[in-house]
Amino acid sequence: MTDLAIIAAISIFTAGLTVSFGAIGPALGEGRAAAQALAAIAQQPDAAPTLSRTLFVSLAMIESTAIYCFVVAMILLFANPFWNAAIEAAAAQGL
Amino acid sequence: MELSPDETIIFYIGTFGVNATIVFTWAVMALLTVASIFVTHTLKPDVPPDRWRTTLETIVLTIQGQIDEISARPDRRLLYFAGTLFLFIVTSNLLAIVPGWRAPTGSLSTTVALAFAVLVAVPLFGIGARGLGGYLHSYMEPNIIMLPFNIIGEVSRGISLAIRLYGNVMSGAVIGAILLGVAPFFFPAVMNMLGLLTGVIQAYIFAILATVYISSATAVPEPTPDPEKELS
Repeated sequence: MTDLAIIAAISIFTAGLTVSFGAIGPALGEGRAAAQALAAIAQQPDAAPTLSRTLFVSLAMIESTAIYCFVVAMILLFANPFWNAAIEAAAAQGL
Repeated sequence: MELSPDETIIFYIGTFGVNATIVFTWAVMALLTVASIFVTHTLKPDVPPDRWRTTLETIVLTIQGQIDEISARPDRRLLYFAGTLFLFIVTSNLLAIVPGWRAPTGSLSTTVALAFAVLVAVPLFGIGARGLGGYLHSYMEPNIIMLPFNIIGEVSRGISLAIRLYGNVMSGAVIGAILLGVAPFFFPAVMNMLGLLTGVIQAYIFAILATVYISSATAVPEPTPDPEKELS
């Protein structure tokens, strides 16, 4: 395989791996947080506004770890820094 | 695929390319400023409040109430800072319903600038409330060994603030663009509605986190009770 093909293959593979593994942890965490909040609301319906506000904030903070992985995957796919370097190197060799 | 509005050059001033981020940032600032001036230019004690003024008062009082719930020592300047951050981010995220709008918060340079403002504001508020020595001493809590970790924590929470906002807004736009190619009729609209919800929540979180960081820097530590005095 050429350098470009190796870079493309590994980037695409790693992007998929990043999103899949990056989705597992936050999914488990968000499910746990939501379950706890539902149980708390069932016990104390009066505290529902405070609980749901805190739940939204904590869900978004947990979700940001998944977003970090998504950003890395997007950079690998669409703004890969090694891709341009490899193309320039190939152009310099006159290929 | 364009990951940020930085890459779109709208027009040139001389040789300086004005990209979409700058244009839309100034649009948000102009909108907020003109709306505030328009509503408050008739502000007099004897004029009864109209609906626009009541709307603005409701917004400001809601933000003040949220800050009072978090901060132990309510500070008027905290309202100006966190409220401005919230209004700017929420306006730029919600204007995504306008066709052709590229949210300036979907650009890493905007969010890094906002996070940098928070990073600068935290020591300023802290020094203002506790004095230079008191603030610097808070880095050495509970002992001197924690000094590098406290500094790393300070930097890393700035980075996470910036990446969180950028990633959420950018991912909404990118997923919308991808779905437009896959299922172009109904589904992208649903995802955009979800994006509006995410935009409001992220603006709220950004302002809340700024408030939490600042109020934790301004909190004066409670004096530890002296056991000998209590006994006597």
